[in-house]
Amino acid sequence: MNAVVANDSSVVKQLQAILPAHCVITDPRAKKPFETDGLTAVKQMPWVVVLPETVEQVRSVLRVCRENRVPVVPRGAGTGLSGGARPSSDGVLLGLSKLSRIIEIDPDNRIARVEPGVRNLAISEAAAHHGLYYAPDPSSQIACSIGGNVAENSGGVHCLKYGLTVHNVLGLKVLTLEGDELTIGGATLDSPGYDLLALFTGSEGMLGIVTEVTVRLLPIPATKRLMLAAFASLEAAAGTVGRIIASGIIPAGLEMMDARAIAAAEAFVGAGYPTDAAAILLCELDGTHDEVEEQSAQVLRVMRTQQATEVRASRDEADRERMWLGRKAAFPAVGRLAPDYYCMDGTIPRARLAEVLRAIEKLSEQYGLAVANVFHAGDGNLHPLILYDANAAGELERAEKMGGEILALCVAVGGTVTGEHGVGVEKLDSMCGQFAAPELEQFHRLKAAFDPPRLMNPGKAVPTLARCAEVGGMHVHKGKLAFPEIERF
Amino acid sequence: MARDRDDSERLIAAVAAAAGNERPLVICGRGSKTFLAPPAVGSMLAVGDHSGVVDYRHDELVLTARAGTPLVELRRILASQEQMLAFDPPMFAGDGSLGGAVATGLSGPGRPWYGATRDAVLGVTLINGRAERLVFGGQVMKNVAGYDVSRLMTGAFGTLGVLLDISVKVLPRPHHEATRVFDVDRDTALANVTAWARTPLPLSATCHVDGVLHVRLSGTEKGVRAAAAQVGGDDLPHSADFWDSVRDQTHAFFSVGRCYRVALPPAATYPAIPGDWLTEWAGSQRWFRTDATREQVDLAVRRLGGYATEFRDPRGPQPFDKGALKYYRRLKDAFDPKAILNRGRLFQEIGQDAVTEASV
Repeated sequence: MNAVVANDSSVVKQLQAILPAHCVITDPRAKKPFETDGLTAVKQMPWVVVLPETVEQVRSVLRVCRENRVPVVPRGAGTGLSGGARPSSDGVLLGLSKLSRIIEIDPDNRIARVEPGVRNLAISEAAAHHGLYYAPDPSSQIACSIGGNVAENSGGVHCLKYGLTVHNVLGLKVLTLEGDELTIGGATLDSPGYDLLALFTGSEGMLGIVTEVTVRLLPIPATKRLMLAAFASLEAAAGTVGRIIASGIIPAGLEMMDARAIAAAEAFVGAGYPTDAAAILLCELDGTHDEVEEQSAQVLRVMRTQQATEVRASRDEADRERMWLGRKAAFPAVGRLAPDYYCMDGTIPRARLAEVLRAIEKLSEQYGLAVANVFHAGDGNLHPLILYDANAAGELERAEKMGGEILALCVAVGGTVTGEHGVGVEKLDSMCGQFAAPELEQFHRLKAAFDPPRLMNPGKAVPTLARCAEVGGMHVHKGKLAFPEIERF
Repeated sequence: MARDRDDSERLIAAVAAAAGNERPLVICGRGSKTFLAPPAVGSMLAVGDHSGVVDYRHDELVLTARAGTPLVELRRILASQEQMLAFDPPMFAGDGSLGGAVATGLSGPGRPWYGATRDAVLGVTLINGRAERLVFGGQVMKNVAGYDVSRLMTGAFGTLGVLLDISVKVLPRPHHEATRVFDVDRDTALANVTAWARTPLPLSATCHVDGVLHVRLSGTEKGVRAAAAQVGGDDLPHSADFWDSVRDQTHAFFSVGRCYRVALPPAATYPAIPGDWLTEWAGSQRWFRTDATREQVDLAVRRLGGYATEFRDPRGPQPFDKGALKYYRRLKDAFDPKAILNRGRLFQEIGQDAVTEASV
C-alpha cells in the first residue's frame, strides 16, 4: 500500500521547498511534543512534523504527500482523547495550529468565520462584546481548536440544550487530498446537495483538511442558575434525570458525579459538595429571568419529589461559579487519586443509567480497579474514569480491557462506544462490536470517495475487517463474511 | 390510524432484484413531495406500507418509526405526551411520511431555534444500492462512532439509500406560546428581527408577509409574557393556524405564480428584483414570487451570499458547489454503485461516468 518513505530525504526536501524552514520539524527533540495527543498512553514519534502558516501551504503539503504516497495525520491542538492525532511513523504530521486567524465576527448574521487553529474559547471571547457566544464547550475549550472540534464533533457540558459541534457549524472550507477546495455551507442555514457538513463533522481527519470554519453564534443567556441535589443512591439520582426531562424542561446542562468523584473534588477544591451523598446532580438552567425563575422552581420540586437529601440553587453569578468549581475540577481531582486514569466515553439511553452504573461497579470489583464517575447525565454520556498505575505491571492492559467491557455494555443497552471523544485508535476494537461488516465496509467505501489512496489519517476511526475478525467482534453471518470477493482493508 | 407493519424484507428483496438486473427504482413514500425535485427514472418502490412507531420513550426524547409512518400520526402520538417534532416538517396537501421528511430535509418555521431535520436525526436503518440492510447512528443524543451517515441521508432525496427506520430527537412542547404582529414594511421587519435575534429572547419563529411581521415567542408563561411586553406589537389569536399555513404552504402567498426558495445570510438585504417576498427564519429563508428569470434571481441571490431554488417543479441543475459534484458522484457510487436508487432525482449524469471516476 503506502510506500515506506522513512528514509526518503527527498520528501523532506520537497516539504522544505514549499514551507519556511521553521515550519518543517525533523529534529527528534522538537518532534517530541507531537508524539501523543490527549490520549497519553499512546505514543508514536512522527516521521516529520509540518506546521504550515497559510492555506496555500496546506495545499502544497497535501500535494507532496499525494505525489509521494505519504500518509498525512492532521492535528489541531492535540487535546483529543482518543488518539485521533497519533502520528504515523512513516507519515507527515500536519499541525494546523498556526492557521489561527479570526477572519470575521458578523453580529447581525450571528456567525464567526475562523481558521481551524483558533481556540474554541477564543471565539466566544471575540464575540462577547456583541452579546454573542459559541455554544459547544468541551472541557478542553481553553486549549482545543475549532478545527479539532469539527474533526471530532466535540460536545461539552451544554450540548443537552445547544447540541454538539455539528449543530453549531454552518460552513466549512475543506481541502481534499486531491487538492480540491470544497466550500460547504456558509452563512446560510442550509446548502443544496448532500450534507457534507454533517459528513465532515466528526470524520476524524479521514476525509480532508478543514481550512476554514463558519460557526453559529448565539445570544448570551440573560440569566443562568445552577441547582445541586444530593441523593442517597445512584438509582434516585439517575431517576431524577429522566423526571426532569419528562417534566418538559431541557436544562442547559445536567451533570452527575458519584461518591468517589465528589470526594476527590472536595479534597481538591472544596466546592462544598455534600460528601456523604451517593451521587449529586448539577442542573443548570438558562434563559430570560422569568423563564429561569419558573423552570428552576419546577426543577427544585422534581428534585425534592425524587427524595433528594439536599437541594440548593445558586443565588448569584459568583455563587454559580463556585458551585461549578467541583465539577470543573473533577478530572484533575480524580487524577490525584491514582498515578493514571483512563477516561471512557460511552453513551446510553438515560433510562439505563442506574443499571449501567451498577454494572460498572461490578466490573470495578472484578478487575480490582477503582472507578470514578463524573459525566453528562442529561445526554446519557458516561465518562467512567478507571484508575490505574501505568508503572504497575499489567495495570494499563487491565484498565483497557475493563474499558472495552464498559463500551460493550453501552452498545448492549442500545448506546454507543463514543459520545464525544471519537474513535481514534482507542476504540477501534469496540467499533467491531457496534457495527457489522457491511456497515464497516460502507464506511471504508465512503472514505475512499474522498481519499482513494487512503492516505488521510490512515488506520483511525474505522477498523479493518481483518482487525475485527482478530478481536472476534465481527458479526459473521452463517459462518462466512458478506461479499467475500471484496477486498479487505 | 397508520398500519403497524414491517415491510423491510420485501423492500430488501426488491432492491436486490433491481440491483441484479440494473433496473432503477423510484422510491415513493406518500407522494406528497414529488414536486420538489426532477423525477427519478425507473419502476416504483412504494415504502408507504413500511409503517408504524417502533419505539417511543418520552423521557428519552427519542422516537423511532418506520419510514412510511405518516407525519400526522407522529404528531398525534407526540402531542399526547406534550412533545413535538422540533424540526416541524411541512405536510404538503396535509400529507407526508417521516421517511419523506428526512429524505427531503425540509424544516418548519422554528428551524433557526429548534434545529433542522438533519439536526434531529439520530440514527437510521437503510438499504443501500447493494441491497444491504445497514444501521447507522442510534437512539442516543451523542454519538460520534463512525461517519455521520444518518445525517448524510437527510436531504439526499433517497439517492444514497432506502430509509427503513429513523430515530429522531423530539422536544417537549413549550408550555406557552404567543404570536405578536406588527404592521411594518419588509426592511423594517428585517431590521427589527435582526436586532431581536441578537438578544436572548424566547423567539421560536418569525414571518413577514403582506406588510405584517409575525413573531412567535415560546417558553414558560411568565417568560413569554415578559418577552411579548418587550417586543410590543399586537396579539394574534389562533396563531397556530397561521404558522401551519406558512409551514405547509397553504397560505395565500403560495397560491399564485412561480416561487423561489431563497436561502440567505439572515441579515442580507433584499435583492433589487421586482416581486413579492415571504420571509421566515429571522431572514434565513425567504420565498420569492417573481416574473424574473431564474438566472436573474440566481445571480442576485449569489451576490448576497445565498442560493435560490425554484421550489415547485425545479428545472435545470441544482446550485451545487462546482467542486462538490465530483464527490457527490463518488458518494453515490459508494452507496449505490449501479445507480438504481432515485436516479436523476438530485443530480444528473451518474452511472458509468461516476464509476470510472471513483475507481481512480
